[in-house]
Order: sequence, then structure tokens, then C-alpha cells
Amino acid sequence: MNYSNLLKIAKNALMRNKFRAFLTMLGIIIGVASVIATLAIGQGSKKSIQDQMSSMGSNLVFIMPGSQQRGGVMMGNSGSQTLKLEDVTAIQQQCPDITAVSPEVRSNGQAVFGNQNWPTTMFGANALYIGIKKLEIESGRIFTDKEITSLAKVCVIGKTVITNIFPKGTDPIGQTIRFKNIPMTIIGVLSEKGDNSFGQDQDDIMIAPYTTVQRRFLAIDYITGIFTSAISEDRTTEAIDELTTTMRKQHKINKPTDDDFRVMSQSELVKTFTSISDILTMLLGAISVISLLVGGIGIMNIMYVSVTERTREIGLRMSIGGKGQDILMQFLIESTMLSVSGGVFGIMLGYLISAMVGSLMGWPVVITTQSVVLAFLVCSAIGIFFGWYPAKKAASLNPIDALRYE
Amino acid sequence: MNHAIIEVINLKKDFFVGDVTVRALKGINIQIREGEFVAIMGASGSGKSTMLNILGCLDKPSSGEYKLDGISVSELNRNELAELRNKKLGFVFQSYNLLSRTSALENVELPLFYNSKVKARERKERAIAALESVGLADRMHHMPNQLSGGQQQRVAIARSLVNDPVVILADEATGNLDSRTSYEIMELFQRLNTDKGKTIVFVTHEPDIARLTSRNIIFRDGLVVKEQMVEDRLSAADMLKSLPLGDHEI
Ligand SMILES: Nc1ncnc2c1ncn2[C@@H]1O[C@H](COP(=O)(O)OP(=O)(O)OP(=O)(O)O)[C@@H](O)[C@H]1O
Ligand SMILES: [Mg+2]
Repeated sequence: MNYSNLLKIAKNALMRNKFRAFLTMLGIIIGVASVIATLAIGQGSKKSIQDQMSSMGSNLVFIMPGSQQRGGVMMGNSGSQTLKLEDVTAIQQQCPDITAVSPEVRSNGQAVFGNQNWPTTMFGANALYIGIKKLEIESGRIFTDKEITSLAKVCVIGKTVITNIFPKGTDPIGQTIRFKNIPMTIIGVLSEKGDNSFGQDQDDIMIAPYTTVQRRFLAIDYITGIFTSAISEDRTTEAIDELTTTMRKQHKINKPTDDDFRVMSQSELVKTFTSISDILTMLLGAISVISLLVGGIGIMNIMYVSVTERTREIGLRMSIGGKGQDILMQFLIESTMLSVSGGVFGIMLGYLISAMVGSLMGWPVVITTQSVVLAFLVCSAIGIFFGWYPAKKAASLNPIDALRYE
Repeated sequence: MNHAIIEVINLKKDFFVGDVTVRALKGINIQIREGEFVAIMGASGSGKSTMLNILGCLDKPSSGEYKLDGISVSELNRNELAELRNKKLGFVFQSYNLLSRTSALENVELPLFYNSKVKARERKERAIAALESVGLADRMHHMPNQLSGGQQQRVAIARSLVNDPVVILADEATGNLDSRTSYEIMELFQRLNTDKGKTIVFVTHEPDIARLTSRNIIFRDGLVVKEQMVEDRLSAADMLKSLPLGDHEI
């Protein structure tokens, strides 16, 4: 039997029942498309979380005051005043895997310029804070060490504050605004960063020397957080260990349960959030596996229903000289053609759905090669198998039994 | 004397249905020579179709010997049987067995698709020639559901002819047709037999039809009970003329 004949036979057989062919293909199209789309959406949400998290800071590791237990009484951590500037100094000296450290203090209040005012947060930090938090100075400069020691009334300012208190077109640098009634001179402008993954506006921010915020606004000597950068993403675990050891030494703590601070890293946060989105992806994956199954059963049904008709066809083909392998090859070619073209359409539809969902949800959609290959292979395998298997059974019959099949 | 194309010696066929064994053929001996037009007759259930299916290599005998054109069929495997059907046999069924939604031409071409020696051009030419010989040149591109029963059977006959077989086997090929159309089909078979020298084995239980053939073999209960030459063989063309004109106008 030559292949061009077989191809022609298979093509003619498909064209003879276009609707059946279409229905079979539909099962494959839907199966492939749903797998691709659901996995793309899941992967996309994961990637968006990862992206946003990593934009929070560069290899960020930070220390927050932790719950203290003193004499069995939980003190909570909101009012904790356990973090000191000495801790920052100790970290600078004792932690080789930390490249940058900054203290953080926060003060909420109204920023006022002329008759405009805007509620915002003044962060107190050192100059390294910008780099640690992956912020950028767009114009102007960050404050100097001298300005820190002198409690200078200078600050850098975020875009949201600028648009809300300055008339359009004003250059904020050199202007003096009032924050909690203290005049502050603007020396730098931060470039825009947008919302973070929690929906907070990262441009609604002002940064001043920590000394200024501690003394002038809050009149305290403790700090509310310590922000650091680890040397690299891979060294984050070591960095956390070093920070914990240093802090325990500083605070003279022996047992881990007595810790009055908490060390957290951005990568841990990322892990927490991506594990949530992993669960989501798995859920979506499970749904798409079900739709794959349903598609498969659809294919099976159509193939099964057409078996009677096709068994007679097989009988006829055998009676005029078709050999078992000719018949099998015909059915294999038929179902391969159906499955492959169904798979290709399914991939296209999957891309389309992903793109649509992506633009509706504002998510990036990530179509991985694996998901495309997996969906395509599984669906094609189902299609080819259920097209071929009934034919194999029919082709092993006596021609007369196949002819008389009902 | 022409040589024997079909030689059947003590052939038996049993069917097993549950615990029951149906002995459909109980020891058949037949010889059919080249150029004969043989009718197999007999009551319903006497084993005619079973015999024809075995002659057509669509089914296998339980025991006995069957030689087709000198080839001992019982020694062949499935593929060799398929090849035999493709090269040496043409089968015409009572229910036509055309592929639906497939043009007459393509239906006739079908056997040649399974013969890799025949190229596309030759395949088409031979199919057209076969359709012309059954008088359907103008219906080439019609689908089976656009043809009358008689026309469909003509397409089936063209299909059985297209591979130039040594024997044409027909199982009640006129069974579904009215008498006029039956005679038209029989006229075609007679022409194939006399003009082209085709050997034809024709199963029927209508004596009228059997009288158009050259020899009758009569079955009863799985045995050949009588064989006779047709003395005053009739011509289907004459029969058609003698039929009251236009009985379709009733
Ligand atoms: N596949 C089968 N399984 C079991 N029994 C069968 C089978 N085919 C035929 N038979 C039996 O074999 C016997 C002969 O059947 P066959 O079809 O050859 O008769 P026939 O002479 O062609 O009858 P008719 O004129 O009605 O077509 C019958 O008793 C039938 O029941
Ligand atoms: Mg019969």
C-alpha cells in the first residue's frame, strides 16, 4: 500500500463526515485550550506576585520588633520599643552577608504647601535606604551624613505627594513644605514606582534623615524597623542567620522563644505568596484536567457511536482488498490529522483566551512551553487512541463479520 | 473444455452460537469453469450466502478444500486473502454497500486504491470505463443517495468489475429491486458473461432469474441436492421487451 493512496483515503473519509470530524476536533480544541489558558493564568498570577515582591527591595531582609514575653505576659508587638540604633551599628560591623543597613522610623502627618495639604508618611532613614528599597532619585539628591548628624530639615519626596500639594508645573526641589508644622526643604524627587502587591501607593512617601524624624517629629530614641540588603538572593538564609545572631547578642537573649524581634526576608514573603498562587494554579490545573477528561470522553463517545457505521465501512474495504494494516493506517492517519489540527486550533484558542483574560484582569499571562506541549500531547494521544482502537478491533474481524456488524 | 476456476471439495462450515453448533454447510462439492454463469438456488437458510462468502474469501471454511484459479485458498493468511480479493474477485451485495457521501466514481475507484500498482490516472480511467460499461457515465459524480436502487446496484457492479476479476460473486443482487430493474441488472450480468467472458456465481431464490443463467446449483440444508444445465436459457433483453411497457406508470 503506498502512502499517497492511504493519505487520500483518509482525507476522503474525513471529508465524507465533516460534522463528525468537527465534533471530534472540538473535544481536542477545548481540552488543549483550557489547559493552556488555565496554566497561563496561574503562572501569570504567580509571576506578577514575584515581580511585585522583588520590586519591594533588593534582596531585602528586614527586622521588625517582635512580641516579647516577659514573665509569661505577651506584650504584643505594636508598642515594642526594642530596636535601637546600636543594633544598626552592630549589624554594620558583624554581618558579612549584609551589604547595606538602614534604620527606619515612621511618622504620619499632613504635608502642607500653600493652601494645599495631603496626609502622608514621613520615613526616617539613612541614605542607603533608597537602594535597599529599590527606590530611585529622579532629580536632586539624597541627604548627606552631615545632614543626618545635624538633624537637618531636608527630605526627598514621592510623586503622589508632589501632585497633591504643588500646583502643576512647579519644580519641588528647593521648595519648603510644612510637615507637622515643621518646615522641610525638598532636596530630591523619587521616581515613580506605582502600587505594590498589597495595593499600597509606593509614591505616597517622604524620606528624611532618621535623626530628624526621631527627634523633631516623634521625640523618641528607638527605631521601628531595620532594613538591610543581603549580598545576593542566594545568601539570604545566611544573612538572616547573621542578623538573628547579632540581634540576640545585642539584646542578650539566650532562648529563641525570648526573641523580641522578627527577621523577615523578601524571599520568604515571596515564597508565602507564591505558595498561595501555587495552590491556585493547582486548582486551576485540576479544573483543566477535568475539562481535558471531558473532552477525551467526548472524543471517545463520537468515535464509539460511529463504530457501527465505520465497522461496516471497514468490512467493505476489506472485502474489496483492504488489508488489516491498510485499514489501521487509514484510521491512524485520520485520527492523527484530527488530533493534530484540533491541537493546533486548541493552542491558538488557548493563546487567545489567555490574552483576553490577561488584558481583562491586568495580569501578565505566562504561557509555558511545557503546558503547550503537555496539553497537545495528552489531547492528541487521547484522540489518536480512541480513533485507532475501535478500528483495530474491527480490522481483526473476519470481513464478513465486519460487513454484518450491527 | 475450459478449466475449473472454482473447485470446492467436501467443504464444511459450522457456526457456534453459544452452546449450539449450526452446521451451515455439510460437505459441498462444486466445480465452476471459466466463462460459466452459475446460479446458486435453494430455500432460505440452506447455506447459499455462507457458500458465497467462502467463495469470496470473506469467511473461512471449517474444513474442506477450496481452490480459486488454481490457488489453494485455505493455506493463505489474512493479507494474502485480501490480495486475492483485490486482484481476482468482485463481490456484489444485496444491499449494495456503497460508501455514503462518496461519489459513484470514487466508490468504483475504491478497489484500485488498494492496489499500489495502479496509478491515480489509470485508476480514474478504469473507473470511468467500468461506469460506462454499466451505463452510468452520466451519473459519475452523483452520491449514492442521489441514485435509484437499480443505479446504486449498477455502481456496485462497476466496482466489482473495475479490478478485472476472474470471478464475480453476487448475493441476491436483484433482491431489493422490482422485476423490471431486476431484468435490467440481469441483462448487464448476461452481457458481462457473454461479451466479456466473465465467470459469474449468482445467488438467488427466484426461478425466473435462475433461468437467465447457464447452470443452476440447488442447495438444501447445507448440501448440494441438484445440479442442472439451463436448457432453454432466456435472454434478459428479450424478457425486458416482453414486459408490459412502463409498469412504473401504474
Ligand atoms: N454468522 C452466523 N452465525 C451463526 N449462524 C449463522 C451465521 N451465518 C449463517 N448462519 C446460519 O447458517 C445457515 C445458513 O445461512 P445462510 O445465510 O447461508 O442462508 P441462505 O441460504 O443465504 O438464506 P437466505 O436465502 O435467507 O439468504 C442458517 O441456518 C443461518 O442461521
Ligand atoms: Mg442469503
